[in-house]
Amino acid sequence: MNNQDSSSDGISRRKFLAAGVVTTAGVSIASGVSLLSIAQAKPADQSVTDKQRWGMLIDTNKCAKGCTSCVDACNHENGLDRGDEQHSRPDQKAHWIRKVELKDKATDHTVSLPLMCQHCENPPCVDVCPTGASFKRKDGIVLVDKHICIGCRYCMMACPYKARSFIHEELNNQLDYAPRGKGTVESCTLCVHRVDTGGTPACVEACNTAGHKAMYFGDLKDSNSDVSKQLKIHSSTAIRADLNLNPGVRYRGI
Amino acid sequence: MKKINYLEIEGWSGKLLGLLAVLGLITLAGLGATYYMEHHGHYVTGMNNQIVWGMPHVFAIFLIVAASGALNVASIGTVFGKTIYKPLGRLSALLAIALLAGGLMVLVLDLGRPDRLVIAMTYYNFKSIFAWNIILYNGFFAIVIVYIWMMMEGKMHNYYRPAGIVAFIWRLILTTGTGSIFGFLVARSAYDAAIMAPMFIIMSFAFGLAFFMLIILIGYPCMGRPLGDKTVKTLKNLLGVFVGAVMYFVLVYHLTNLYGTEHHGVEKFIIAGNTEFTKIFWILQVLVGGILPLVIFYSKLSNSRKWIGLGALLVLIGGIAQLYVIVIGGQSYPLEMFPGMEVISSSFGDANAYHPYSPSLAETLLGLSGIAVAILIVVLGSKVLAFMPTSLADKEVDPHSKA
Repeated sequence: MNNQDSSSDGISRRKFLAAGVVTTAGVSIASGVSLLSIAQAKPADQSVTDKQRWGMLIDTNKCAKGCTSCVDACNHENGLDRGDEQHSRPDQKAHWIRKVELKDKATDHTVSLPLMCQHCENPPCVDVCPTGASFKRKDGIVLVDKHICIGCRYCMMACPYKARSFIHEELNNQLDYAPRGKGTVESCTLCVHRVDTGGTPACVEACNTAGHKAMYFGDLKDSNSDVSKQLKIHSSTAIRADLNLNPGVRYRGI
Repeated sequence: MKKINYLEIEGWSGKLLGLLAVLGLITLAGLGATYYMEHHGHYVTGMNNQIVWGMPHVFAIFLIVAASGALNVASIGTVFGKTIYKPLGRLSALLAIALLAGGLMVLVLDLGRPDRLVIAMTYYNFKSIFAWNIILYNGFFAIVIVYIWMMMEGKMHNYYRPAGIVAFIWRLILTTGTGSIFGFLVARSAYDAAIMAPMFIIMSFAFGLAFFMLIILIGYPCMGRPLGDKTVKTLKNLLGVFVGAVMYFVLVYHLTNLYGTEHHGVEKFIIAGNTEFTKIFWILQVLVGGILPLVIFYSKLSNSRKWIGLGALLVLIGGIAQLYVIVIGGQSYPLEMFPGMEVISSSFGDANAYHPYSPSLAETLLGLSGIAVAILIVVLGSKVLAFMPTSLADKEVDPHSKA
């Protein structure tokens, strides 16, 4: 019996030790899991999904002729106004967004509109990029990975909107969230650094601040978003709609 | 046909050393120009955000197109069994590799980030025709080198015809890929045309053969090796057919644009505009590169080898002009984003009737250095290996020759 008792005691000790190990391991893993779950809760660490598609509606009836608030805001937000491109000629300098004024040849009706990367659903720039540096996020934002862009400029040949710029000289003094580099291509990012933290692009904000409210930004897949509601009420069109690229930027009044 | 003997270029004559020195200097100038452009950035070039591909692309694409065409001479002998072409096979394949190397050098050195070449070789987007071209170009090198080996190595002679057939098919795919770089572009009015791919193939036939003819017309007398009329006349007649075929494709391309109202703008810009492109199109591409060579090749002038050589040179000048009109002219015409509307103002040049382009000296030097590198490879290759037959006299190459 004693032997049995002692053996029983031994098992108990082993059980105790085993339980201890399991508990320790469990606590360790659990704490890891809990840390991980906390990490996942941070918006910046969440992967982008196709539950959203970010887009924009531009009402050219409200866009003021001669107003460059959106262009100025974009240039400031993304560091294009830092005076770095000192050597480049005007046609060599980067333009992420530009103002264009149009006149209907038949009626003489004029309109003014901002033009930038249209964040196509089927972007030709992404199709032609040999390295995959041009890419589209699941939420529809078209970007350039500056690390693998070789500067072949084929995307610039392929873009129907002339929305992309090549950096023709050395740049310094850049912003952390908008890296730019000599010999690579860049374009409007839809202010992805703002959008990822729940904000709106700088151009839209500036247009609202200027009181024109010609630009609506939001999730095209959310029927309750401002941009979706506006698109549902009035007709709109895409530039070069014939190409069937389904751009994320749509226009009213052209 | 007699057995053909091949021999390396013998000795180091003054002419050979002089040629190597000139080619070396042009190559160095091109590399210096590259350093200048890459050090400062592309702002020192005539390129901008509208004309994103400039003079280097004109030369690079010209050389790449000519490369695949240069292989034709070998293909006609190997694949189609034409006896008179067989002695020319080795040199044809060497020229093809050399022209491709020269063209790719220019293309790579004009990249915004040529230091990232390894990325281009390791990251592939298979929906990109550019990515496919990287594979096609590398494959072309490998296949043609094997083809040359089989032509040169007696033991492998049984396999050289299959290798020649693979090389021939590969080169057709390769030039289809090069033409499709433009054919697949929907954005710009001058491109987006399926005819680009076959047109580039027929252009390659003409440019490659013209290059090949110049090499033997100049090289053989310099080396003191016989070159018979039979070979010269055969190649001359073939080049004439190719030049006519290029003109036919150009005609069909422009007729198609003239028919569709949506293309009237770009068509008028190229063939009846007030810019340099209209002059280059009519004078250099059509007259110098098309009509004059045909007149030379099919008149009594073709009795003279100097005239035939001049005709081949004019084909090459016309070829560069044609690529200038396609590459630069096609980009110079503004993007048509708003049909029925006139752009009154834009901070990014959208209101321009066209976008001017002035190539810088550096760009042009880089382009020319591609040609120099190609010839350098041909000369040095022929110096160390037996690429050129010791004689292309009629009695050597033609079994029915009366000579």
